[in-house]
Amino acid sequence: MKAPYLLALMLIGFAAAPSRAETVNTESQALFTRIATVLKSPRCMNCHTDADHPFPRQGDDRHRHLFNVARGPSDIGAPGLHCGTCHQDKNNAASGVPGAPGWRLAPLSMAWEGLSDREICRELLDPTRNGQRNAAALADHFAHEALVAWAWSPGTDHNGRARATPPMTHDEFNRMVERWLATGAACPE
Amino acid sequence: MITFRINGRSIDVDADPDTPLLWIIREQLGLTGTKYGCGIAACGACTVHVDGIAARSCSFPLSDAAGREVTTIEGLSHDRSHPVQKAWIDHQVPQCGYCQSGMIMAVAAFLQETPKPSDADIDAAITNICRCGTYERIREAIHAASEGGKSR
Repeated sequence: MKAPYLLALMLIGFAAAPSRAETVNTESQALFTRIATVLKSPRCMNCHTDADHPFPRQGDDRHRHLFNVARGPSDIGAPGLHCGTCHQDKNNAASGVPGAPGWRLAPLSMAWEGLSDREICRELLDPTRNGQRNAAALADHFAHEALVAWAWSPGTDHNGRARATPPMTHDEFNRMVERWLATGAACPE
Repeated sequence: MITFRINGRSIDVDADPDTPLLWIIREQLGLTGTKYGCGIAACGACTVHVDGIAARSCSFPLSDAAGREVTTIEGLSHDRSHPVQKAWIDHQVPQCGYCQSGMIMAVAAFLQETPKPSDADIDAAITNICRCGTYERIREAIHAASEGGKSR
């Protein structure tokens, strides 16, 4: 009688497994949808432009960067007009020029312009596109990369107006990323 | 005290670390060839080189100059013999001239990276503003400088 009993347990177990997985998956998907609200904020998207838009954007209205500024072959501006010609290691309150160490555009493999939440999610998880980052490296990038952190300290523009920050704090964002990764890093449908 | 090199010599500067490098260059060091234009890194009149890269000194905090090599128009050459300076004279580029030291510095850095630029390369890299509108002569002089000073 033992074998049928075990079989019954296994069947119950298998039947229950998808249900638990579904619960976890749904939570994870929902978390990414909230994470995406940060990724799609102007502070992130302005430098995650795509090959069809080979330039950074500026401002909360995401207009094309003034002065014909281009992405350039190395994502640091056109030869002769590097990002670093104007952007230094920190925000400049006097001129309104934003700055952080290593100011540059995200590589084209990390372009988010025009992508759905699901597409951004899949791109983030693809080591061939995310800079060969595993889950831990991804969390570390979000938590400690200077250009990511800058999004929460973006300074003021040349008129003294504060730039908008993403729709949650950096700590909340990091906790959400960690929870998303811990729940299976599911992408929204 | 912040130490950096300017036009080949080492200097120590005692000033607020957020002071724009342009203020230090003009007021503390007396190198007035570099001009103030807009103050928001938009016009390029204040362009100098920092470690060989064009930088707009009005928006460059003194603190970021620490340990680096700064070159102003006075240090580009001792006798106006830099190919860009020669091309500028040959083509009589300046009108009022106010923007031109920044323009020359931007072009000198640009040609280091792009020795034989196309018009499109020039459009992408040289965004300095000239209120007199000498852009056509600037373009001619850039091509001349890239070809060793010959006219096109």
